[in-house]
Amino acid sequence: MSSEWPLWEIFIRGQHGLNHRHVGSLHAPDAEMAIRNARDVYTRRNEGVSIWVVPSNSISASSPSDKGPLFEPANSKVYRHPTFFDIPEEIGHM
Amino acid sequence: MYAQLVKSEGSKSREEMTPQELAFQERIDRGEKIEPKEWMPEGYRKTLIRQMGQHAHSEIVGQLPEGNWITRAPTLERKAILLAKVQDEAGHGLYLYSAAETLGVTRDELMEKLHSGNMKYSSIFNYPTLTWADMGAVGWLVDGAAIMNQVPLQRTSYGPYSRAMIRICKEESFHQRQGYDIMMKMCAGSPEQKAMAQDALNRFWYPALMMFGPSDKDSVHSAQSMAWKIKMNTNDELRQKFVDQTVPQAKYLGLTVPDDNLVWNEEKGGYDFSEPDWSEFFAVIAGNGPCNAERLGARIKAWDDGAWFRDGLMAHAEKAASRRIAAE
Ligand SMILES: [Fe+2]
Ligand SMILES: [Fe+2]
Ligand SMILES: [Fe+2]
Repeated sequence: MSSEWPLWEIFIRGQHGLNHRHVGSLHAPDAEMAIRNARDVYTRRNEGVSIWVVPSNSISASSPSDKGPLFEPANSKVYRHPTFFDIPEEIGHM
Repeated sequence: MYAQLVKSEGSKSREEMTPQELAFQERIDRGEKIEPKEWMPEGYRKTLIRQMGQHAHSEIVGQLPEGNWITRAPTLERKAILLAKVQDEAGHGLYLYSAAETLGVTRDELMEKLHSGNMKYSSIFNYPTLTWADMGAVGWLVDGAAIMNQVPLQRTSYGPYSRAMIRICKEESFHQRQGYDIMMKMCAGSPEQKAMAQDALNRFWYPALMMFGPSDKDSVHSAQSMAWKIKMNTNDELRQKFVDQTVPQAKYLGLTVPDDNLVWNEEKGGYDFSEPDWSEFFAVIAGNGPCNAERLGARIKAWDDGAWFRDGLMAHAEKAASRRIAAE
């Protein structure tokens, strides 16, 4: 038979209080083995306190060609940043 | 180096590039990272697959010469250290295989190409490790040379490759230090131990210099790879840096670099040194080094002997999944 083990994307929480962050991928037959392999491949030096594994083919990604329509609208909305507004000095911290 | 003779494409002048190729080159010149799904020239993709594949294979095959000494390490502590080092190399191979997979090649395809001899690994791993001092020389010189090449590759243009290199570089300095530590111990030991250390240096010096690949004047594939920031320095630049860094370390150990022409050149601010025997290098790359058959044979055996295990776990996973669905 020899079918290749599926690919998993690995997310690690580096420290308590932080988000899980994508660190790479690996092959494993199932989720349980993916977690075990992720421990060996990505946390050999205390890099994590928690592991998420997600089948790579379950991830939907935005396409590079959508970069413009998705992200450019934010460029013109500078008023979303607090620095857009001038607050008089005497008002103090706001 | 870990990728010594990567076939690349002929480089194009700006006038010859299509608008798309030009825009791509400009992104690279600005220092932007290229990410998996983005448009890239076919040559860029192919060269990267070859280079990252060769690099990954080198990490995996590179476990063998050191694995050879795990059962015979002189103390339990040395054994644990060597085991951790060799395990790191397995990790390095895996980071690089999965980075290569983002370019649309599967790991099984890469494995098949290694086993059939269509893809190479570094020539250095085709030399035997005869004594415990070789574990010192390998960590000090081989990982030292690897670091020299890998540190600049952290800035390579392909995002997944760059991120894999950053992870790898974090781990490499432990490798070089544990090797040098072995050398220090041997050199401070009995005359016989010191002689073993000298012998290891004698045998690994020139093969280590070969790791950087042929001299720039014979290195035909560099220009395009450098324009694409897949290769960051020329072979001779890195080799020079390596010699300049390593000679004082050998002196500290009280060892002699096996090169009568080695002399400090004030004018260039570096050492003059003898080139390795390039005919030996090409023979090893072509498959005729002292351990080529043994190394590749060990990889193929591991792959074939592991097939029932890979298949068994897959079959178990599929059964468990269908049982779960039936229960729902
Ligand atoms: Fe490595
Ligand atoms: Fe290595
Ligand atoms: Fe290493």
